[in-house]
Formats: sequence, structure tokens, C-alpha cells
Amino acid sequence: MSVQILFLGPLQDISGCIEQEAPAPLDWPRLLDAVGPSVAEQLEADERIQVACSGVVLADRTKLRARDGDKVGLLPPVSGG
Amino acid sequence: MRDIRLLTEPFNPGMLIGPFTNAHPELGAVCSFVGEVRGENDVEALELTHYEPLTLPGMHELADRAFARFDLMGLLMAHRIGVLRPREPIVCVSAAAAHRRDAIDTVDFCMDHLKSAAWFWKREKRGSSPDGGWHWIEPRAEDHADLARWK
Repeated sequence: MSVQILFLGPLQDISGCIEQEAPAPLDWPRLLDAVGPSVAEQLEADERIQVACSGVVLADRTKLRARDGDKVGLLPPVSGG
Repeated sequence: MRDIRLLTEPFNPGMLIGPFTNAHPELGAVCSFVGEVRGENDVEALELTHYEPLTLPGMHELADRAFARFDLMGLLMAHRIGVLRPREPIVCVSAAAAHRRDAIDTVDFCMDHLKSAAWFWKREKRGSSPDGGWHWIEPRAEDHADLARWK
């Protein structure tokens, strides 16, 4: 019963890893708890960081409800091209 | 014709643009843009990461919007991921249309969205930096201003 959390872009440097597992179900407070204080602080300070759950970007990241087997992506501001 | 790709290896834009153009014998205009890694500021390498569940689907949604917004015959959009060296192409967008304005505006529209509204993250390795290390690149204010033109 677990959720896979993926750290994208600069969040990988802050977390020190690319992904981690957390117990399911996972809501926003539990996510902040699971990722550790440094990443949690960054998530709370930067509202531009979006959250995707199983391939869907959440309109309101605090409404996260991840279940067993879900993949949660933490998505900081992008830059391509 | 719609050709949307994520590429993991170096590519020759002409090898994509040639067949794309040939597939539209009825076109009146084709506009192509190729972005390359700049070698300035002692950049040794650029790394582009993506998020598989979102990046390619997001590029297809961008193509949908381009087809809805402009009078298009075809659209080619190819974007590199992985580690790139200076002078390597990162991105190639080509649009085929009956008239030039649709072709030019489509490429402009797609590039502005790929720069700051597509699921890519970019960092560069600078040889001269004290730690000789990698630096994440945030989109510039100009990139956001460019994107806002299409709202």
C-alpha cells in the first residue's frame, strides 16, 4: 500500500533523490510530512510548484488524494526549448 | 500531417523537415525553427528532463490548440531530452499552411509554449563555475511575456 513520489527539476537537488515511496493514502499534509522539512518548506513557499497525481495536474494541489499505486509528481516551474 | 516527437538522441533537423515538407505538396507556405544549445558562458552541456505521464501528451494538446487556432495543413514538433552538447539542436518546429502568416504564427505560438509552458526542466553545466557544476535554468521574464501574447 504505497504511493510513489517523483521529484522533478530542482526539487531533486533539494530532496537528494529522484523518487521515494510513501504510505497510501496520501493527502497534502501527509505529503508534506513524507518529503521531509526541506522539500516541504519549498512546496509551501513556492505556489508555482504544481502536483500531478497519476498523470493529471491538480487544479488545487492541497486537494491531493493519492491511493495505493498512484504516482505523484512534484512539478516546479518549467523551462524547455 | 502531425508529427510530434520526444527525441533521446542527437538529430538532424533537415532529416525531419524534408519529409515533412514533402508530405504537403499542396502547401503554400512552410516555416521552420530550430533551437540549438549555445556555447556561451562556458556552457559544457545542457540536460533536459521530462515527466513521461505529461510531457508528450502536453505536446499533443499544444498541437491541438495550434490546429484549432491557425489554418494549418501540418505541424512537426520535435524536442530533445537527455544530455546535449553546444551546437546540438534542442527543438525543431515546422508548420505547413496555405499562407505564410498561419505558418509563421504557428511556429511562434508553439515555441513560446515549449519554452515556458511545456513539461521540461533544463539545467546547464558550466565549466568555469566554482563548483564546476550543474545549474537549473528558470524561464526568463521575457519568456513569460512572450507566452502572454497568446492569451
